[in-house]
Amino acid sequence: MSMETPSKLQKMISAGHFAVTSEVGPPRSADGVVIEQKANLIKDYVDAINVTDNQTSVCRLCSLAACIRIKQMGLEPVLQMVTRDRNRIAIQSDILGAASFGINNILCLTGDHQHFGDHASCANVFDLDSTQLAMTVRMMRDEGKLLGGYEFEVRPQMYIGAAANPFAAPNVALRVSRLAKKVAAGVQFVQTQCIYNMETFKTFMKMAVDRGLHEKVAILAGITPMKNVGMAKYMQKRVPGIDVPDEIVKRMGGVPKEKQPEEGINLAVEQIEELKEVEGIRGFHIMAIEWEAKVPEIVQRIGLYPRPQLAG
Amino acid sequence: MIKAKPKPLEEIIDHVKDFNKLLIAGCDGCVTVCEAGGLKEAKILAAALRLYFTQGGKQAQVDDTSLTRQCEKEYLAQLSDRIDNYDAVVSLACGCGIQYLAEMYDKKIVLPGVDTCFLGVNEERGLYSERCQACGRCILAETGGICPIARCSKRMLNGPCGGSAGGKCEVSKDIPCGWELIYNRLKTLGQLDRFERPCEPKDWTTSRDGGPRTIIREDLRI
Repeated sequence: MSMETPSKLQKMISAGHFAVTSEVGPPRSADGVVIEQKANLIKDYVDAINVTDNQTSVCRLCSLAACIRIKQMGLEPVLQMVTRDRNRIAIQSDILGAASFGINNILCLTGDHQHFGDHASCANVFDLDSTQLAMTVRMMRDEGKLLGGYEFEVRPQMYIGAAANPFAAPNVALRVSRLAKKVAAGVQFVQTQCIYNMETFKTFMKMAVDRGLHEKVAILAGITPMKNVGMAKYMQKRVPGIDVPDEIVKRMGGVPKEKQPEEGINLAVEQIEELKEVEGIRGFHIMAIEWEAKVPEIVQRIGLYPRPQLAG
Repeated sequence: MIKAKPKPLEEIIDHVKDFNKLLIAGCDGCVTVCEAGGLKEAKILAAALRLYFTQGGKQAQVDDTSLTRQCEKEYLAQLSDRIDNYDAVVSLACGCGIQYLAEMYDKKIVLPGVDTCFLGVNEERGLYSERCQACGRCILAETGGICPIARCSKRMLNGPCGGSAGGKCEVSKDIPCGWELIYNRLKTLGQLDRFERPCEPKDWTTSRDGGPRTIIREDLRI
């Protein structure tokens, strides 16, 4: 967590507050107004807004353009960037472009394989992976250098983030090692995969804390409220890397259909309350998928509203 | 070895239906091992094509043969005295052999009879799997003898990704996660320190990204 940047997210974490982030998924069209509408729903309740990068390999309005729009609204974007679709020339070019607009947060991801998406027959790139992307951003920021060796003056001031998935059972130790590797690559904050299996997550956190990783990287716990039992089942069976225990599916299915959204929010609030007590957690990343309108309620109910105002 | 699989008969027929004299040329190398393009497969394909032409009421000559290796001129030369007897040759060699045959007999129509797939191993008869993408700079010493470029669907050098679960790849439950394999092997070898050391961006110039590749071994050239 060393290098200080102008990132408001970093300042919030450094000040010792629980950080709250959320995400906006860009539309599958050129309608940029949707970004503003979604951002406006959550802006007063979060410290930074992630913009997903062609998530699940479905082609959408680009993350960079959406981040610029959010920045121009006076808000704090987190540029999600996957290495699936760009080689190191395009990646570094986009980072410089983002930095030129004052974007100060980047989430380094490898990206879902394209077979999930709407262009399954495409070629992928994967010139770099997420860890190498983090190394690249660190080099650009701290050394003012591109991978090709060119040195430049005006450096991107990026707070470097990545994802962490503790749920690739059965090997939690591997996931902790992977986190350590990302930290060694320069990652300063991570947003975790959606947490449903609290037991596995706590095991992961204990192992991370025992190694002191929580001192080196700010861990933001990923929360996705369930809309209904159908979503719980879908995530349990279909979404790679997500571990939804049967109890959660039963709980969502145990209330009448019209009450299920409320139950999903209750569950998310309870999860966050429980996670607040877990050593090493520095904040929450609320991924309310096409349900941004519920973020304010969740943040209010977990007692993290209003957001602290940082001096300067 | 190079692994290939036979092309669907319909596709081959579509390419050869207008010819009267065909040669089916197998290769005794890799494609014989994976039973896609050896002498046996050449004979089977020739018989199938003869049947196709006969059923269509067409008199066509379909001969078969197999060469020791189609990726060497000395063996391709074995066809020199008879290739002019044919309208076209269906080569059952890998993509290298097919091209080298076409290159040597540049006025002859040469058609592919197999789809060349990858560099792989024979897990068992009829089950072949990829192990190498010929990137030109082997890193197996660092990765417990398991190649992440060939075995990880995202060719990650610092895997596994967040989509793998239960030791399986996010692309398919039938694909083992290459990085889970690497992690377990490094653990067995007592080399887990390697796993936590970030791997620098790879120089891909020795892979296909550097353009068509050539090896020049001065020590071997006369």
